[in-house]
Parts: sequence; C-alpha cells; structure tokens
Amino acid sequence: MLRELRPAFILIVLMSVLTGLIYPLAVLGVGRVIFPGRASGSLVQQDGKIIGSSLIGQAFTSDRYFHGRVSAITSTDAQNNATPDPYDATSSSGSNLGPTSQALLDRVAADVARMKVDNNAAVPVDLVTSSASGLDPDISPEAAAFQVGRVAKARGLDPAQVTGLVNRSVRGRVLGILGEPRVNVLALNRELDTIR
Amino acid sequence: MTTSGIIEIILFTLLVVAMADPIGAGLTHVLEGKRTTLVERAFYRLAGVRPENEQDWVRYGASMLLFSLVGALSMYALERLQGLLPLNPQGFPAVPPTLALNTAVSFLTNTNWQAYSGESTMSYLTQMLALAVHNFLSAATGIALAVALIRGFSRQSSRTIGNFWVDMTRCTLYLLLPASFLIALFLIWQGVPQTLGAYVDATTLEGAKQTIAVGPVASQEAIKMLGTNGGGFFNANSAHPFENPTPLSNFVEMLCIFSLGAGLTGAFGRMVGDRRQGWAILGVMTVLFLAGLAVVYPVESASNPSFTGLNVDQSAGNMEGKEVRFGMADSALFTTATTDASCGAVNTMHDSLMPLSGMVPLINMMLGEIIFGGVGSGLYGMLLFAIIAVFVAGLMVGRTPEYIGKKIEAREVKMAMLAILILPFSMLGFTAIAAVSKAGLAGIANQGPHGFSEILYAYVSSTANNGSAFAGLSANTDFYNLTTAAAMFMGRFFFIVPMLAVAGSLAAKKAVPPSPGTFPTNGALFAALLTGVILIVGGLTFFPALAVGPIVEHLSMQAGTHF
Repeated sequence: MLRELRPAFILIVLMSVLTGLIYPLAVLGVGRVIFPGRASGSLVQQDGKIIGSSLIGQAFTSDRYFHGRVSAITSTDAQNNATPDPYDATSSSGSNLGPTSQALLDRVAADVARMKVDNNAAVPVDLVTSSASGLDPDISPEAAAFQVGRVAKARGLDPAQVTGLVNRSVRGRVLGILGEPRVNVLALNRELDTIR
Repeated sequence: MTTSGIIEIILFTLLVVAMADPIGAGLTHVLEGKRTTLVERAFYRLAGVRPENEQDWVRYGASMLLFSLVGALSMYALERLQGLLPLNPQGFPAVPPTLALNTAVSFLTNTNWQAYSGESTMSYLTQMLALAVHNFLSAATGIALAVALIRGFSRQSSRTIGNFWVDMTRCTLYLLLPASFLIALFLIWQGVPQTLGAYVDATTLEGAKQTIAVGPVASQEAIKMLGTNGGGFFNANSAHPFENPTPLSNFVEMLCIFSLGAGLTGAFGRMVGDRRQGWAILGVMTVLFLAGLAVVYPVESASNPSFTGLNVDQSAGNMEGKEVRFGMADSALFTTATTDASCGAVNTMHDSLMPLSGMVPLINMMLGEIIFGGVGSGLYGMLLFAIIAVFVAGLMVGRTPEYIGKKIEAREVKMAMLAILILPFSMLGFTAIAAVSKAGLAGIANQGPHGFSEILYAYVSSTANNGSAFAGLSANTDFYNLTTAAAMFMGRFFFIVPMLAVAGSLAAKKAVPPSPGTFPTNGALFAALLTGVILIVGGLTFFPALAVGPIVEHLSMQAGTHF
C-alpha cells in the first residue's frame, strides 16, 4: 500500500501542472490569437466604452427599447434578504419554480396584466417565463413582434419600419435544424438607436 | 414538437451510434497499445512507476483509492487557501469548510454536484488547478476502472488486471487532453471566453452598470462535457450563454456527453474479441435513451395547464427555466442525455420541468447511470447488470450462466448485487432522513409534492454521481453539504470495490468454449432481457418514491391544484 503513495503524490502534482496550468494557458494563448474578441467575452463597444456583451442579456425597462425575458436573478443585501437583481451577470440563475408553483402562476399573471396595456394579443410564452440563466440574450421573433407597437409609439416611428428591423434581426436555426429562431435584444436595440 | 427538432434528434442518435466503433478503436489503441512518448516515460520515472509491473485487483483498487485521497486533499487545500493564492482577480475569500469538503468529494467522484455558484465563490486558480484537473483525473480513473473490468473478461487464468497508474496516465495524455484542447478551441470560436482578466464593467444602453463575469471557461467546459463531469464554471452551467452560446455549441456539447460512453462499448467489443457484444450493450443504451426522450420532448413541448385562462400563447412550450436559442428539442435532448450519462451539466433548469418530464432524469439516474453513463462508470455499471441478466436467464433454465466465455458463479453475482444495492440504500435512505428532519426540510424551495422531489433528486443525483439538481433546494448548508458528500462517496467507491472484485475473480477464471447450451449475449434476445432486468431490478425499487413526488404532482396539476 505504502509503495503506491509515491506515485499518488507525484502523479497528482504532474497531472495538476499539465491539465491545470499548461493546458488552460495553451488554450488561452491559441484562443487569443485566433479569436481575440470572443476569448475575452464578445464585448460590445460604443463610442469607446464597453456597453455589454453580445452574448449576455441586459435589463431593458424603457418603452423605447425591446425588452428581454424575465430574469429571476436575486442578490442578497446586507441584512441577508434576497432582492431582485435582474441580469446581474455575476450571479446567473433561473427561478427554479416548479410547474405547479403558485408563485410562478402569480408572477406570470401579473406580467400578462402589465403587458395588456400595450398589446391585447396573447403574450408569447418566452416573454413571461424566466430564462434558465437569467441572462438570456435572446427573445423569440414572436416576442419581438409583440413589442413592435409599444416601441414604435414611444419613438414616434412607423410600426412597419420597426417590423422591418425586427425581421432583419431574426437569426434562424443553425443549418436549418439546430436550435430555435431568435432575436438578440441588445443588437436589435442598438439598430433601433441608429434610426433617426 | 417540430420537424427540425425530430430531425435533430435522429441526427444526434445516428452520430452517437456511428461514433462508438471509431472511438472504441482509439480507446483500445490507447489502453492496450505499447507505444509510449518521452512525456509518459518521464512521468513514470519521476513517480517511480514500473509500467510493466501489473497489479492484482486489490492493488489496482488501492492505487486508485490512494490517488483519489491525495487528489481530494489537494483540492480541499486549494479551496481553503484560495484567498492567499494568485489568479483571484475578484478577491474571493477561502471556501467555507463544509462547502469545500462537499466540492472536493464532488469533483473527486466525477459527480460535480455544485452547492456553490462558481462565479461568486471560486477563484480562477481554484477553477483551473482544483476543479478542472479533477475533471480530467476522475474521468481517466473511470475509464481505467472500466478497462480493468473488461480485462477480467478478456484474460484467462490471470492474477492481474492491468496497472492503474499506466491506464490513468495514458488515458489522460493521449485521449482526454488532446481531445479537450480541440473542443476548447471550437468553443471559443462559438463564443466561450478564455481569459484570466477580471470581470468586465459595462454601462448598458439604458445607462445602468452591469458587471460581467468572465474567466478561463473554454478549457474547463471542454473536459466538463467530454469527461461527463458536468460542473459548470458558472452557476447556470450550460444554460449560461458563456458556457453554451449557440445551438451548434450545444449540439457538440451533447455529443461529447455520450462520446466516450458509446466509445467504451466499442472498446469492450474489440477487447473481448467479439464486436457484437459491444453492439448489444450499445443497443440497450440507445433504446433506453430514446425511451426517456420520448417522454421529455412531447411533455415539455405541450403547454402548462396552470397557465390556461391567462392570455399566454404557449405554442413554444414550457419556457420557464429554458433559453430561447435552445427551445424544446435542444433542452429535452440535453436533459435526457445529461442524466443518462452521469454528466449533470444542464442547459435548462430541471426544477422547472413539467412533473412527468422531471421524472425521467430521476429514473435515468436511479437506474445507476448506465445509459451510456459516466465515462467508464457507465460501462462497468452496465456490465454488472449484464451479469445479473445472465444469472436470471441461467435460473430459468437451471444452468450455470456464462458471459463472454466466463462462468458466472455465486461470487460474481453476490458482488454485482452488492454494488447495485448501494444505490437504493443511499438514494432512499438519505431522502428519508432529510424528509423527516428539520434541517432537510429547511432546504425546500417549492411547496407540495415538488418539494419532496427536490430532496429526492438531490440524493439520487449525488449517489448516482450525476450532479444535476432541482436547484431550488438550498443545498449549501452543513446538513446538505455533509449528507450529499457521503452519498457521492458511497455511490462511487462502495460501487467500485465490489466491481473490481468481480474483475479480479473473472480474470482468474479459464474461458469456457461456447456450447450449444450457451445463451448468446451478442443478439437482440439478450439485449431485450438486459433491458428488462435493468428496468425491474433498477427501477421498481424506486416506484413508491416516484409516486409520492412527480406522479402526485402531475395528478395535482391536472386537477388544477397549486402549491
């Protein structure tokens, strides 16, 4: 038994150096050369300032912007109470509410009622359900179309023009098979800001 | 359900089956081949390993246990000392003792149960040097153990079953490391970060502050999927856009989950000299995988009856706890695959699955993670079930059973049953304790039957070394950290020791030539029998627990009851 102690210790050390330092640093070195922007987090700059990451959703509350999905992320304050902190990108999380949860039902009902003011149609389900990560950067094309009226009104734009923008922003399935069609909310809103 | 979703599922299944033989050939080459490299020889010289000295099962097991013990200590030390060590740009303090212990056991046992959230607890150094390292080593250990059992079948009158140090080292150097490197680069291409820089401060379009967690994610993500570890860099795991940015990254991550599990069936067939033996096992795995998926996909695609009466268009399915880029097909596939294999990565929050589709992950894990399974552990678990299956067949005709030319006798059957019975003992035992104790009940997030499912899922997942969760459960308490750590330890090592005993006892036997009375184990009849034995022996034990959890919840939901 004791004869096996030496390989146990030495191999842990050697393997740790190889797979825990050399390997990630090699990936870092090569990745930074081939895909510099993506290796550092697909950051988006505007006027020289970082305004977010194209892969990470951010909270939109103004009527002038398209809104993303419900983010269930909470943070704990000094008194250890959980307070809502949607799209906190240092604390990814879903709601973890089960399908028979009264809290889930109440939240959905409240959101549907709030959206009714702007659009009486049936609300696309992804707009009133919380994403798995709390950082979903996308909404469905239906969820974008649902918000066109509100955004056009707030900006004094022709709804047809905004609809055209939404349609151009839709990314289809990969190879026509994988995943679902989607609209990146940050990219769409940046396009929106370029319309004068 | 959509046409593209069904095409994706067919494509995925075909690719998994097609990968089994080529990966099996590669595995056989790595583990039975004789060619070495300078690095490998240098490792052995420094470590004092004589590769030509083979070990009997006791020594093989002792080496594996010592290696695991030293690995656990090194992980624990790194977690506790991270505040003093470099590569900690966010300045995270030491991980608290019971959480550090739980995490060390978790990564040691290839479970990757996460009672912590990575981006707010672990420094970059801890992620790389503690957690990612054991993603490699626990996977290599699993493959080594599976190969040891295969040698039990393929060798005759042999005292030894290989050398643990050699199997583990070769597997890491020639298989896991190069494959992970390529997968990591692919993931960066898709958008997964790989940086040692601090978290990024951004000012959003609406002028708010957003701090974005980044890190050396790609290197860890690759081995996390390939080694069926499943421990995410971030709390949201493969649902986080930085761990799994696109439907294509998602597809490749899912293929990684099954690749080595499928490949090991190919290696098994090759090493025992009858490839059809491997195909029979692969067939059973594929059928059980598709059976689970056939529940999850349609159930998740249907609407949640609780929302009827609200003005919601539910045609996109149960989107609570899911990501738009994945939708129902990708989420259902991932959920089924990650719990078939003991991966435990998630791209959807299992706690928010509909009751019946949440039951499928539970069943997959209760069966012992043998549907492709964890790398190595899937195959050795499945082979123990095969021993039980030929034993049952032997009882029916009153003949000593044989499997792959070896007589299966009392010792093998006893050891196989001992290993298999550890699962319900730990899963149900700990659930019972938690369900009647104050500390256990305090962790529940959802009320009603779903709350019981949260507890059940925790102990089923930890014992099965899966690591996914009904994550509403507040698992970072002393009670849950200690009990799930115990469950993970039992599920891994109390299973492995009897399994290695079987390997040792089989290797010592002579092969018996097949006779007209031999039950062929490379055809459809055996595959059907094996499937039946798995479902009855593995599954029936758990029916009462499932009835109290997801089945009651489903019936309540149909009746319009909320909790």
